[in-house]
Amino acid sequence: MNFLQVVFILTSAVTLGAAVMVVTSHRMIRAALWLVLALFGVAILFALLQAGFFAVVQVVVYIGAIAILVIFAVMLTRHAMQDEGAQVNRGWWAAVLVALGTFAGLAFLLLNWAGIGSSLGELSADEARKLIPQMGQALVSADAYVLPFEVASVLLLAALIGAIYIAREKNPQV
Amino acid sequence: MLNEWLYIGLFILVAAALPGVAIFLAGILAPKKPNLLKDETYECGIETVGESWIQFRAQYYIYALVFLIFDVEAVFLYPWAVAFNALTLYAVLEGVLFILILVGGLIYAWRKGALEWI
Amino acid sequence: MTVEWFRDPVNFITNWLNQFLLGWGLPAGVVAFLMNLIGAGLVATGAMLFCILLIWYERKLYGRIQDRLGPNRVGPWGIFQPFADMLKIFAKEYITPRGADVIPYNLAPILAVAAVLLIWAVIPFYNGAAGANLNTGALYIIAVGGLGELAIILAGIASNNKYALLGGFRAIALLLSYEVPMVLALLVPVLLARSMGMNDIVQAQGDVWYIVMAPIAAFIFFLTSVAEVGRAPFDIIEAESEIVAGFNIEYSGLKFGMFYVGEFLHAFTVSVLFAILFLGGWRGPFVDQVPVLGAVWLLVKTGVTYFLIILLRGSMPRYRTDQTMSLAWKILTPLALAVLVLTAILDKALVGSSDLVRGLALVGMNLVVWFIASRLSQASYRRSHPVEPPIGHAPVINPLVDEIGGVLE
Repeated sequence: MNFLQVVFILTSAVTLGAAVMVVTSHRMIRAALWLVLALFGVAILFALLQAGFFAVVQVVVYIGAIAILVIFAVMLTRHAMQDEGAQVNRGWWAAVLVALGTFAGLAFLLLNWAGIGSSLGELSADEARKLIPQMGQALVSADAYVLPFEVASVLLLAALIGAIYIAREKNPQV
Repeated sequence: MLNEWLYIGLFILVAAALPGVAIFLAGILAPKKPNLLKDETYECGIETVGESWIQFRAQYYIYALVFLIFDVEAVFLYPWAVAFNALTLYAVLEGVLFILILVGGLIYAWRKGALEWI
Repeated sequence: MTVEWFRDPVNFITNWLNQFLLGWGLPAGVVAFLMNLIGAGLVATGAMLFCILLIWYERKLYGRIQDRLGPNRVGPWGIFQPFADMLKIFAKEYITPRGADVIPYNLAPILAVAAVLLIWAVIPFYNGAAGANLNTGALYIIAVGGLGELAIILAGIASNNKYALLGGFRAIALLLSYEVPMVLALLVPVLLARSMGMNDIVQAQGDVWYIVMAPIAAFIFFLTSVAEVGRAPFDIIEAESEIVAGFNIEYSGLKFGMFYVGEFLHAFTVSVLFAILFLGGWRGPFVDQVPVLGAVWLLVKTGVTYFLIILLRGSMPRYRTDQTMSLAWKILTPLALAVLVLTAILDKALVGSSDLVRGLALVGMNLVVWFIASRLSQASYRRSHPVEPPIGHAPVINPLVDEIGGVLE
């Protein structure tokens, strides 16, 4: 049980605990704040996997933008601060079944993966330095991911236009 | 590389502990005389009227949304910028196309009044 | 041996401490852990203690700009004033409003200060002496800024106060609006240096500083950083005359002191970042022979930038909220995008030619973009503010007002 494993177990426990609190919290604002903790835990997991870029991007995009967006969305609904409604609806048993089935499927797939028993080796400094340029090159090279890259920008554009169209008020302006 | 992240992790703990300990110490040193009137919420010296809620304008949400789109776009561009030496001019133009598509989005948001404050 | 210590103290002390701890028989992993902990503790504590000097410097300078002396009672030149302020704030009572959410309420000031301290983990004080030489340093700084924004939202929500909530939302709207041009302007030195690591960006500024090759990006980064800190002229976040201290209205005692200290430290931290990214960081004369001199050069450049920030605070009136928003979205963001696109295209198109041609082309492009942008903004201003001719005759000139220069009846 080396240090890396201890950190991993602690981080996973915190992330899972925060995720459970997100789902079971009575007040939506509390749930949004627990979500921030869960997202931060995921960022720490990325850092443990030596994917430093993704750890930082997780904090920048998820915590810095999406979590704030979620908090704003919670604020938009009236009386969000005093949300005392029922925590489950009538179909809760179906949800539990689907969740358990998904978990069993994922666990089965992971346990049958060849690399499950191997430990994560540490990248050398040279290899680590080349990771991000390799990814950047892959994003725009014609035989790698340039098409998803450009489609992602179109997707972002569609999201922007759609959200502005829905969210703006119905006033006779432009 | 893991060593650097260990440093960052320890730094997070230290950076959270320093103000935490300071606030805790001041909590011990300071007087504690709560009374009903002191603990009221502040509303320019008068009593609070109505619940602690305000009309949340949708404009805040639209700002956060447009910020999210441009944040994700910028995050996509960082690897592209770092890999600049190995890219051809064509690859640079692909990145520029990415930016231009989202400039179109900015112009749409501008014209539709999504960037106004009022 | 003495020469080694003099030239490169941080690495020298690190190696010595390493040997010392290994000599005690501790395993290598524990030694690494302890070294990192000591390093982190030293940098964080040093930053917080340095803040005391900063508060004094700022108050003196701000006073001088306003033609007054600043603190001068407590100690020679008022140098013990921050200590007196600290002692006072330590002794103030914590008044927690009724109905406040306890954990977010107490977490917010800690997070606000921690977010600023975390930036110091990646700053290279001189060549090879950074806390953690992350190869994603630039994005790390943005990430940590996001944590600071989270602190403001926590403070606003947990205070159970209408004004705190309103102040928090307005603050976040302003910070988000200014983060877009900041992230885009930060992309330009990353592009020119081909790396996100802070030390790499400084090392790539060997021939010429980036403020010469990308002046518009430097300008945008400077302005947006000042806005991110919440300083004048963008301090609508906490302007006393507008929203009565905004999101930190329900905080008293050291919790408020932490927000205050966090803001001062943040202003200094963005000065250091600007010096690193655009003014060549630790680069300066004799830095190859004596690396420690780099820390001195960094301090000088940071001091100049910090002086500029305080000067800006003391000279300019506050922008209205809608003016600040339109500045961010309609002027700075398109400008940043234009500069980014043109820098990328020019840098790649001129890849074969010499550095001088490349530098001149970039400077020229920046000047052209600045000229076009100023013309466009002037034209749009004139279009939205038409000048009416005065009704009737020319304005009367009052000889008393003109001669003495004041408003005398």
